[in-house]
Amino acid sequence: MRPSARALTLSAVSVIVVLILSAILWVIFAGSVDHLQTTFNPKSDNAIKIHNLYKLVWILAGIVMAAVLAITLAFSLIFRERPGGKAASHIHGNPKLEVMWTLIPVIIGILIVIPSFQVIADTTGDAPEGAIEIVATGHQWWFEFEYPAAGLVTANELHIPVGRPVEIELRSVDVIHSFWVPQLAGKVDMVPGHNNRLWFTPNERGEYYGQCAEFCGTSHANMRFRVVVESEADYIAWVAAQTLDAQPAVGELAQAGEGIATTLCAACHTIQGTSAAGTFGPNLTHVGGRGLIASGMIDNDAEGLAEWLSDPAAMKPGSKMPNLNLNSEQIEQLVAYLQGLQ
Amino acid sequence: MATAVGTLPMGHEENSLWTWLTTVDHKKIGVLYGVSGFIFLLIGGLEALTIRTQLAVPNGTVVDADLFNQLFTMHALTMIFLAVMPLGASFFNYLVPLMIGARDVAFPRLNALSYWVFLSGALLLTSSFVFGGAPSGGWFGYAPLTSSEYHISSGMDFYTVGLAILGTSSLMASLNFAVTIINMRAPGLTMMRLPVFIWMTIVVNFLLILSLPVITVALIELYFDRNFSTTFFSPSVGGDPILWQHLFWVFGHPEVYVLILPSMGIVSEVLPVFSRKPLFGYAAVVFAGVAIAVLGFAVWSHHMFTTGLDTVPQMVFSATTMAIGVPTGIKIFNWLSTMYGGQIRFTVAMYFSVAFIALFTIGGISGVMHASPPVDTQQQDTYFIVAHLHYVLFGGAIMGIFSGIYYWFPKMTGRFLDEGWGKLNFWLLFVGTNLTFFPMHFLGLSGMPRRIYTYDSGFGWDTWNMVATIGSYTLAAGFLVFILNFFKTMRQEPSAPNNPWGGSTLEWATTSPPPEHDFDVIPEVRDRDPLWYDRDHNIEQPAAPEHLHIHMPPPSYFPLVLAMGLALVGVGALSHLAITGLGVAVVVYAIWGWALEPTD
Amino acid sequence: MAAASNAAQAEHHTSAGVDNRMLLMWIFLASECLFFATLISTYLIFQGESLVGPLPGEILDIPTTSASTFVLLMSSVTMVLAVYGAQHGSKLMMKLSLLATILLGLIFLGFQVYEFRMFVHEGLTLSTNQFGSSFFLLTGFHGTHVGVGVLYLTSLLIGSTRRNGLGSDGGTHIEIAGLYWHFVDIVWIIIFTIIYLIPS
Repeated sequence: MRPSARALTLSAVSVIVVLILSAILWVIFAGSVDHLQTTFNPKSDNAIKIHNLYKLVWILAGIVMAAVLAITLAFSLIFRERPGGKAASHIHGNPKLEVMWTLIPVIIGILIVIPSFQVIADTTGDAPEGAIEIVATGHQWWFEFEYPAAGLVTANELHIPVGRPVEIELRSVDVIHSFWVPQLAGKVDMVPGHNNRLWFTPNERGEYYGQCAEFCGTSHANMRFRVVVESEADYIAWVAAQTLDAQPAVGELAQAGEGIATTLCAACHTIQGTSAAGTFGPNLTHVGGRGLIASGMIDNDAEGLAEWLSDPAAMKPGSKMPNLNLNSEQIEQLVAYLQGLQ
Repeated sequence: MATAVGTLPMGHEENSLWTWLTTVDHKKIGVLYGVSGFIFLLIGGLEALTIRTQLAVPNGTVVDADLFNQLFTMHALTMIFLAVMPLGASFFNYLVPLMIGARDVAFPRLNALSYWVFLSGALLLTSSFVFGGAPSGGWFGYAPLTSSEYHISSGMDFYTVGLAILGTSSLMASLNFAVTIINMRAPGLTMMRLPVFIWMTIVVNFLLILSLPVITVALIELYFDRNFSTTFFSPSVGGDPILWQHLFWVFGHPEVYVLILPSMGIVSEVLPVFSRKPLFGYAAVVFAGVAIAVLGFAVWSHHMFTTGLDTVPQMVFSATTMAIGVPTGIKIFNWLSTMYGGQIRFTVAMYFSVAFIALFTIGGISGVMHASPPVDTQQQDTYFIVAHLHYVLFGGAIMGIFSGIYYWFPKMTGRFLDEGWGKLNFWLLFVGTNLTFFPMHFLGLSGMPRRIYTYDSGFGWDTWNMVATIGSYTLAAGFLVFILNFFKTMRQEPSAPNNPWGGSTLEWATTSPPPEHDFDVIPEVRDRDPLWYDRDHNIEQPAAPEHLHIHMPPPSYFPLVLAMGLALVGVGALSHLAITGLGVAVVVYAIWGWALEPTD
Repeated sequence: MAAASNAAQAEHHTSAGVDNRMLLMWIFLASECLFFATLISTYLIFQGESLVGPLPGEILDIPTTSASTFVLLMSSVTMVLAVYGAQHGSKLMMKLSLLATILLGLIFLGFQVYEFRMFVHEGLTLSTNQFGSSFFLLTGFHGTHVGVGVLYLTSLLIGSTRRNGLGSDGGTHIEIAGLYWHFVDIVWIIIFTIIYLIPS
């Protein structure tokens, strides 16, 4: 029984509508490739594998979605009651069709699941030989990074060399956090009491944006970090500099700041080479060299530092760093000192 | 001849406050659930609007971080437990006895009790806002953030106690409906002749009966961790936060099927009536529903793909999750095939049901994407998931509920909601759903995590957040139009005939609204579409006898008293255990009175 | 206890041929299975994970608990007799057996209280370690279920002493209570096996 011209026209209309919508979708996705935290611009082996899998899933799923939407629209238009239209047909079933639309989703499911298993196997489990070992510890609300082999501890900014695998052991001192830098790897949770691991090999130099991706309390939104992927030479230089003691204060202002830092700040912060050896807050030995402060919240400049020091909780609600009630002179001194900690 | 005792004011029948407080009539209880559920839907909507207003622009200052975290926690809790589930219960209550040709449920007082316990749990949970702060650990309450160490306000105790009370209510209702459907069907009504809506009801009942105990234990363990220093979930004393996640999701996943299956049932009733042909593949739709429920217990760890699960569990749960897409797809194709070759009448109810098909599919498709664990590592905890869940819950469950409201409104009130206003209602909701939630796919794929009270500009998130907020206000407008339509309609005189839409199921065989005893004569069922069969074979309805000797269970205040006792137990758990003791005494008194009161 | 009030229920024809209240109890017990399964799972997950003692091997008293288990098992026997008595019109047998069941249930609870107090005295509380938390929660809730059962049976016993007794369908009421009581007993067998017997 051939479909009528009307039915064909309305079907064509439906298909065109859906194709236009799909095209708009495609354009939007394509346009998001340069977003700072996008999942569409992978820059590591594992992120690329995940992205390629997603492209396959997107196409298969997209075809099903487009088909269902087009059919829904077409049937709504074609079978709408109208004078002179055909009476409703009394079909209770159609075994051949029903078998087909049971089998096809099963096949699509298998087509998605098999490559998924492959990617799970490829991207999880043991890291490749020679991977740099890093320990990332989640705190409310900042990231601690330790390089055990080099004996260095830093915070919120991770440096790794391009082309070499890194294996990150994920811990937490308080609640569940999640380590997520979309361009480099899928996320893995940092669960207190568990030692999860993730690994990847970055393939392009750059600065990549990451954010905690498991709700962890008041300032979950403010727990961000950066991963700097640099040349092997730059990386080695960075590691070497990070393991050195803190730069001594230069100039009156900074020296006064050092005095404040080693007294007021010492309870929570470590400044290696001084008497400040607290471990509750981020390690500040080389804080001056970081691009951002307050766990990826603001640029690390004098103004930002001053704002943070004057009232941490105003910038980061719930912050465990108390308001030390510093006057503007003290803040100026501290800023001078901290900026010197390169 | 018994007068048509409806459920909404008709002027000449008992309608005092006392009637409503002591009713055991399933229709009135259905209305109570419906009105309460709708009010909480609006409250949840206000919570959402506040969230969206805060997120409309980067670094918004509408609410602070702590209030935002309370708002998104309560938005989810309100929508899931205080809105969608009670709205589903409202349909179950009103329709189950009517659709199976019974006069009420198996245990009418237990039915009333379920409602009053629900209401006390709902009020208790919502009151947390003014008693030290609402819970702010998310509706999923992951440990150890919810421990007394990290969640200092008592909000989390309102969470455990409130949800435990609400769970009790749902359990009692589920037991009641399961017994009713199994045991009280009209003559000739075999299981495979049951309306799909009734099948979905009993499937939901069993989902709840088997999953609620698991979360009850989890809530008890959390309450004990917080108040009696037990060691279940806090790593600092040897507990395991992942245990909470397993227990929560073993309940939580079947729960989402509890939320969607009633709407799937509604759509399965509405589509055939307005397509003027029977449901395509009835048996497949029924078995698919059962399969979804069974498989629904086998997929829970897909919520935990990023927690450090071993490879094998990841693969197993990925496979089962993919598998659950198959029966879901079967339903979609059967619904479309029901429309095929029909003479479709596009009433507002039909608009909503057709929209359900499209929007739920979009939600289902995004779900299939994160069923793949590696893909999920980029989507989990982002706005992509928020998009998925709102397409299935709003585009799915809520659209289905609206379809049911427009469809059964004449049966319940004798009046028709205005079709013109209804279409405006529909388009505002349809456009609003897509405007609000489609951009969230983009936000998630562009790296925006969920549950964040603010974000910075420069990430490419600004425009889509603004669009989503505009969409949320569009949804609000849609709700406003519905409310106006409702009040306008209720001012009319009731005039609906028994079967205004030409439906096939038994509720259309009695008056609109039905008398208190539902049917003058219990119908006899000869086919899956009883009224169409009788019409096609010219079978007359039996005449009502001269005198109706129908005994209906009398009203009772013991369900209300028992519920208040349970509420006291809950309040005591949040304050002084002496109050719990008082509550237990009230409960015992109520049970004693209930057992002894005459029911004839 | 229900007197004439549930006569209407009793006489009703049901689609599945089972009394509504009996069906309700069966399905409720299905829910209870999941409840105890979750508590038992929590116990099993934490087995061997306690950071500090006392540990099960040091503190569990198997001989005494075997005695209390025996008592509870016997109470199931008397419960069977109560149901038999009710179904065969032997009111005296029913009442005496109910009373015996109640007393045996109370003795079991007495044993539980004794054991709990001894453990606390030896340094094991809810908050001591994983064993304490999961043990007390599991056995505490089981004991609560026994307690509710005792109250349930007592109400039936009192009801049976009234003029109309338990009504024409009193046998059904006893049978339904029997279902609950046997369930609580079976759960105890499982708990006893998992906590006490298998580890030793």
